[in-house]
Amino acid sequence: MRILVVEDDKDVAGFVLKGLREAGHVVEHADNGRDGLFMAASENFDAIVLDRMLPGGIDGLRLLETLRGQNNNTPVLFLSAMAQVDDRVRGLKAGGDDYLTKPFAFAELLARVEALARRGKGEGPITKLAVGELEMDLLSRGVKRAGQRIDLQPREFRLLEFLMRHAGQVVTRTMLLEGVWDYHFDPQTNVIDVHVSRLRQKVDKPFATPMIHTVRNAGYMLRPEQP
Amino acid sequence: MLGLRRPLVRSAGVRFGMIYAGVFALGTLALAVFLWWSTAGLLDRQTDAAINADTQGLSERYGEGGLPALVETIEQRLAGNVDDDALYLLTDPAAHRVVGNLSGWPVNVPRDAAWYDVQVERAGRRNLARLHRYELPGGFHLLVGRDVEVHAQMARLLTDALLWSAGIALLLGTAGALAVRSLFRMTLADVSATAAAISAGDLTRRVRVSGRGDEFDRLAETINDMLDRIGRLMDGVRQVSNAIAHDLRTPIARARARLEDASVHAASEADLRAAIERAEADLDGVIAIFQALLRIAEIEAGARRSAFATLDIAPLLLDLADLYGAAAEEHGQHLQPAIPPHLPAYGDREMIQQAVANLLDNALKFSPEGSTIRIEAGADANVGTFITVADEGPGIPDADRERATQRFFRGETARSTPGSGLGLSLVQAVATLHGGALRLADNRPGLRATLMLRSSPAVQVNATSFADQPAAAADAA
Repeated sequence: MRILVVEDDKDVAGFVLKGLREAGHVVEHADNGRDGLFMAASENFDAIVLDRMLPGGIDGLRLLETLRGQNNNTPVLFLSAMAQVDDRVRGLKAGGDDYLTKPFAFAELLARVEALARRGKGEGPITKLAVGELEMDLLSRGVKRAGQRIDLQPREFRLLEFLMRHAGQVVTRTMLLEGVWDYHFDPQTNVIDVHVSRLRQKVDKPFATPMIHTVRNAGYMLRPEQP
Repeated sequence: MLGLRRPLVRSAGVRFGMIYAGVFALGTLALAVFLWWSTAGLLDRQTDAAINADTQGLSERYGEGGLPALVETIEQRLAGNVDDDALYLLTDPAAHRVVGNLSGWPVNVPRDAAWYDVQVERAGRRNLARLHRYELPGGFHLLVGRDVEVHAQMARLLTDALLWSAGIALLLGTAGALAVRSLFRMTLADVSATAAAISAGDLTRRVRVSGRGDEFDRLAETINDMLDRIGRLMDGVRQVSNAIAHDLRTPIARARARLEDASVHAASEADLRAAIERAEADLDGVIAIFQALLRIAEIEAGARRSAFATLDIAPLLLDLADLYGAAAEEHGQHLQPAIPPHLPAYGDREMIQQAVANLLDNALKFSPEGSTIRIEAGADANVGTFITVADEGPGIPDADRERATQRFFRGETARSTPGSGLGLSLVQAVATLHGGALRLADNRPGLRATLMLRSSPAVQVNATSFADQPAAAADAA
């Protein structure tokens, strides 16, 4: 995927660029708001990683507002040291799709950027999800694996839905908390792990191969059974 | 003029004193005017009325019997005038006296006016008289009047008295103004001296309260409350700085030691990676502490109060119970919710979620296997909405309960478990921002933490109203 990183801090930018390239993405970099806006507006990207405080007269918010004003709907992930709830709200209101505060773990950034870039593909409203032999009907709220019905609690259903919508991508615990529970804080207890392990009991245990995988130091990934 | 007045008027004490003196002088003036009008003025009006009535009678007699009847009537009246204050004079066209008790036409009485106040010669004395002149047919002139010397004396007396009282009023007004000013100065001097001392760094100073319970006392109490709050905040800041210095050093030192050790002693790349990962985890812990601190500061600053809304927290609590219930089971504990179908509260959804999550985190962390954790909620007419998380863990000893909500406080029993000592501080901050309180009580055994919130914005009284009550009251709830 083609990703634009607008970040003025050399170390952070270098770290992010290197990581994204290693993950197989094509990455462009701008170290100030003016260049960032120019590149974002003139080229096509799958996602933009945007710092809030930038030199060059145009800060992250202005850049994004200008971009959205031109009907450019490239998914944008804010990366900012401004960590207050109001800052996040302001960032999302300006048109940001996600907000990650510094300091951050690269795995978290990568998972979120990939999720955004995938989402940007503009899929219409869908009623069925399918990953490998796992099928989910969003209307009847039924789940089958290899034709066999799986009974899920409402919360488990939403958890699995989130994993299936991000099939093949790493999903972090924070993403699950935000996406499935709509919580914007990190509990001390490993609540997410417990819920994922319960889901595994139902989705993976009765079958030969697991589909829900733990990604070390990052989170989880749902992917089709290995052939 | 302005240049002269400015420095004087700039003193509020002088201004208030002047206002006081002005009002006092105005009052005195009004009293004098009224006194004059109702005594001297009344006598004057009575004199005029008597003269008019007299003339009326004379004119009737003149109409009936002409000049002779008039002369006769005047003589009769003079004879019957016991007070000797009636004055009459009838003159012929040659200005000679026909009848009357005035020796001659008074000087200073021109012939073309009607009413006169003049001096007349009577029995060798010059007395003040009020006279009315009438023209009669045939060139005769008639003066009807009253001797008003007594009135005049009284008026002089009254004037003297009023002048004296004006002087005294001025004196008293000035004295009162000075008293008001000094009272003002005295009261404000204490406030400003206290404020100056506080600015200079002496946070222990307080404004003196006289105990009279007046406005100044209330001002002093308000200022003292404010100073207490500032003091507590300052203590908090000091505490936090110290705590940061102490508590963050440990994980940072650990991470540093690991990295240094690895860089010197690591035998293989795997060793190196493991050490780096552990150091990363240590630093993540430091970051988490910073985030919690910032979050508490953000909540305490009250910036998010604009996001307050009336909401039903019942589904919110059930969600949390669901989220944590699974984790509790994993730990061999049982989470038992007792939540009504609807529960109104007024506040910030995210903050309430996080506060309750912190209480549940603690309960799960400290409860032994096989124990029950209860999450209860309800509404109470007195305390509003309450959320209670009760566990069967070690609890918090009475002695520590007060300090349990301080940042970085960790009880003896908590030393061995991971944690930052910020969880309850955050709950406390959320409670305070919501005009509620966090009460910690003994669950025999275990801890019973009750978070109280307002159920609607209307009952907002005072942000500290709950917090001031003793924590023991939570047992009743």
